[in-house]
Amino acid sequence: MSSLSSRSIYRRRSRGSVFAGFDPILTGSVAALLVIGTLLVYAATRDWYAANNLDPEYYLKRHVLNILIGLLLAWGTTIIDYRLLRAYTPIFWGLGVLGLIIVLIPGLGAEVNGAKAWIALPGGFQIQPAELAKISIIIGMSMILSERTHDSNEATSRDVLQALVVAGIPVIFILLQPDMGTVFIISASVVTIIAISGASSRWVVALLLIAVVGAFGATKAGVINSYQVNRLQSFVNPNADVQGSGYQLRQARITVGSGGFLGTGLFNGPQTNGRFVPEQQTDFIFTVAGEELGFVGSAGILLLYLIILMRAFSIARRANDPYGRLVATGITAWFAFQIFENIGMTLGLMPMTGVPLPFLSYGGSSMFATLIGFGLLQNVHARHR
Amino acid sequence: MNQRSRLSLLVVQIFILTLMVALLGRLFYLQVAAAPKYKDAALSIQSRDVINPAIRGLIVDSSGVPLALNRVGLAITVDRIALDEQSDKGVNVLARVSNLLGLAYSDVYRATRLCGELPKYDKAGCWTGSRYQPIPITKEADPEIALQIVERTFDYPGIGATPVAIRNYPGYAGVNAAHELGYVGPVTEEDLSGKNGRSYYRSETIGKTGLEYQYDSYLRGTAGIRTVIVDRKESITRESQNTKPISGNHLVTSLDVRLQSGVESALSDAVRRARASGHPADSGAAIVMDVRNGQILAMASYPTYDPNSWEKGLSVSDARALFSEKNGVPALSRPLQGMFAPASTFKSVSVVAAANAGYNLNATYNCPSEIQVGNRAFQNFDSKPLGRVSLKKGIAVSCDTLWYQIAFDEWLRDGGLNPKTNPNDYFFKAAQGFQVNKKTEIDLPSELAGRLADRTWRKNWYAENKDFYCNYKDRAKKNQLTPFLLELARENCLDGDKIRAGDAVNFSIGQGDTVITPLKLTQMYAAIANGGKIWRPSVAKAVVSKDGKILKKIDAKQLGTLPATKATLDFLHESLREVVTGGTATGAFSGFPIAISGKTGTAQVFGKNANGTLKADTSWFASYGPTQNPRYAVVMMVSQGGFGASVSGVGVRKIYETLFGVTGSKVDPAKAIFPDGRPPSTIPKISPATKVKVTP
Repeated sequence: MSSLSSRSIYRRRSRGSVFAGFDPILTGSVAALLVIGTLLVYAATRDWYAANNLDPEYYLKRHVLNILIGLLLAWGTTIIDYRLLRAYTPIFWGLGVLGLIIVLIPGLGAEVNGAKAWIALPGGFQIQPAELAKISIIIGMSMILSERTHDSNEATSRDVLQALVVAGIPVIFILLQPDMGTVFIISASVVTIIAISGASSRWVVALLLIAVVGAFGATKAGVINSYQVNRLQSFVNPNADVQGSGYQLRQARITVGSGGFLGTGLFNGPQTNGRFVPEQQTDFIFTVAGEELGFVGSAGILLLYLIILMRAFSIARRANDPYGRLVATGITAWFAFQIFENIGMTLGLMPMTGVPLPFLSYGGSSMFATLIGFGLLQNVHARHR
Repeated sequence: MNQRSRLSLLVVQIFILTLMVALLGRLFYLQVAAAPKYKDAALSIQSRDVINPAIRGLIVDSSGVPLALNRVGLAITVDRIALDEQSDKGVNVLARVSNLLGLAYSDVYRATRLCGELPKYDKAGCWTGSRYQPIPITKEADPEIALQIVERTFDYPGIGATPVAIRNYPGYAGVNAAHELGYVGPVTEEDLSGKNGRSYYRSETIGKTGLEYQYDSYLRGTAGIRTVIVDRKESITRESQNTKPISGNHLVTSLDVRLQSGVESALSDAVRRARASGHPADSGAAIVMDVRNGQILAMASYPTYDPNSWEKGLSVSDARALFSEKNGVPALSRPLQGMFAPASTFKSVSVVAAANAGYNLNATYNCPSEIQVGNRAFQNFDSKPLGRVSLKKGIAVSCDTLWYQIAFDEWLRDGGLNPKTNPNDYFFKAAQGFQVNKKTEIDLPSELAGRLADRTWRKNWYAENKDFYCNYKDRAKKNQLTPFLLELARENCLDGDKIRAGDAVNFSIGQGDTVITPLKLTQMYAAIANGGKIWRPSVAKAVVSKDGKILKKIDAKQLGTLPATKATLDFLHESLREVVTGGTATGAFSGFPIAISGKTGTAQVFGKNANGTLKADTSWFASYGPTQNPRYAVVMMVSQGGFGASVSGVGVRKIYETLFGVTGSKVDPAKAIFPDGRPPSTIPKISPATKVKVTP
């Protein structure tokens, strides 16, 4: 009875004001990043496409389309009560795993840069199930760890083990692609969720240890294939491989460094316009900001990210129920580690992995996933009062 | 939310905040602290300098006839980067191109290797430039063949064709002058290192030796630089600067093509004559100098090579031949790099020494067949006793023994093997006065200084060789252990640091350890001719701009004065005239209508040729003319050529014939190279079309 009435209260509130629950700071920061990202994607591709007699606005148009679809998804995610979403969690999770399996089937999955991470769709579109799997894992784990079948307010070891299975199955499939960047980000988020769930701190310590040993063992045992080892080694010594991944890292660093304090001005970066950094509109989008907007612009972007993350923490802290809190924390951790991995790679602090930068990088799946994540944060925010 | 969750959330939040601060710190380092470094790196990634070499200035003779000019050729070039990317490293493509061009594959292969890629002992034919510039395998391709290559780029990946400026030595009037002109070539890593104090752009063509090297900074001009900004595919996105090349300036020399050509053929004639009488005659030099200012009017070196061979594309065997002993090392410039004992031509120095020592130049001296010096007998050249002769006659017939006597007496007077603290050393001092041990300072690279075997030299020599001679039995090779050499080693070990009687007497007739270059001897005889002024020899007269302005005049420079009184020089002039009228050169100059003065020299050379025969004598003739009011100093030397008079004397006569327009015993002033008897003093108008003056 009480649960029914409370549900109707939430429905009423959400129906009454579709946008009233939006966090203005979070929303404003995300909107600012989306605008900046659009400009950067355009700057990264305009000259090169024009020079090669292609439509200079090709990427701009598609990026804007991606944002619009993503915003629609975010809006949809926001208006549905997340506690209702919880009921459908197993279905989302199942769909996520299915996508990851399809990717691995020859003929259905497309291989890019040595990883089978894509499902090719008609019309030149591609879907990257791993991006959406992040959401499946976060909401799946949150569901299990917030369900209390016992009196304790804390997650038991049994809960933790169940949650790890929920996370582990998709991770195994992502490992098979292989996409180490995503595995790293998911692992960091999983540990964070478990830590916040109130589970014994021994679990947290143990999982961190497993992560370290696992990473080391994987390199040694050859689970990580040669292209990933190359990428890791070129991180350690970027001058070793002039044209390979070391080349990309070096070019990225030079591009960012050459921007200097004020940058060359938008659309005026010679490194960017000469296309010296490969995949610049996706994984290396931050180099465009580095060169053309300089330290002032790049630090501004970092500041926007910081605002988003700190805002997300406060949403998690004020969440009404464990599920909302875990979802918000999981999304925050995902965003944070993905931002750190991507920018860290661009600046030479992290090894090279193919991870897009949330809200800025070109790429549909990533844009949809991050905007859905943003929608979920809003959802939790809207219902905490 | 329980306490632990709350705490965990805070820890995670702080951790993530730390990560973001780390990113900000790193960003600050890259974009603010290290920004200059990365800006430089970015610039070097994006910008490419395309060097557009300037048109090289002409080198002309004193009347404006081109000795070096430029021609347009069609180069077939190889892109090493593209070649190396091919699965067989371009072997197949190179083979097909060699075939098409009719070149040897091995030559083309070597021509496209950087010098560092070939083994140390065999670098002939290597590419001296860099991997990043197109490497020309020929600069004179048939346009038909070039077109085939350009049209079928798919069949010839990495091969291109482009028009290039070729340095051309046209050889008007049959002139060669390879050693004086030098040649041009691509910039090497060594050139770029700035060791020679000059700076170049990588794709420039620069002077490598001769005048081309010496006056390179004037001739080369200023290369145009076009800096372009490129993208990752190396396609040009924009141009950041473009300066036009400024053509090089022209160089006017004091050479005369007709005289140069005449001197070259007189020299090769002399060599031919020497060979006909059984001498090896491995090399030679001939020089004509203006005695009033040191200007070189002609200078020849034998053997020589085609100065165009570098630009034509030197094959490996061509390159080896240039330095082969068997061919007489054609690359060597004998006038400035050949070191030979001056023999009797050195007696002019001895005359000055004797005069300064107080000997009466007008007295008579005994000229026996031999003189006992210590325990050794020193003979006259042909062992003929002449009795008492005037000094003048003694010089004319080249008596050696009278000089042995004087030198031996002076040596004894200076203390013999225990020299006084301040010996007179008249002979050494006279030689120093002639600047025998100094370079002539000619404006050509790689000149060698003569070696004056005086007391200082001998001390230094002893310090370096004492060890060898004092341990001769252990150090020498088996075939060097002959009784004569063993005795020599013993003596050298004993008192090799001292001037011995034998050294002193040998010095007086230009034998022994004293060696000089033919150019030095020319400078010395020019000084005798002009009354004692030692001029710096010069080949260049002026640097002239493209629009005819004289930018730089190379002025005559006096380096010193002979240590001789007018009376001594007058005596020397008479004696040197006597050589031609009643001495060793009489036969060579019989019937010659213009009075010439000179001195023969026949220098003994120790050692053996590669084929085991003993080395033949060096044939010298040093002269000036006309005897009254001398204008020209002419010297010829033929190494292993035999007698001075018959080989070099006759050769020098031929040079004078050309100079003065002499046929047989008749002078035709219209046929003279310089009709008024004076080399031109004005700077000619410069045009590549200037023709050789035709004498009737």
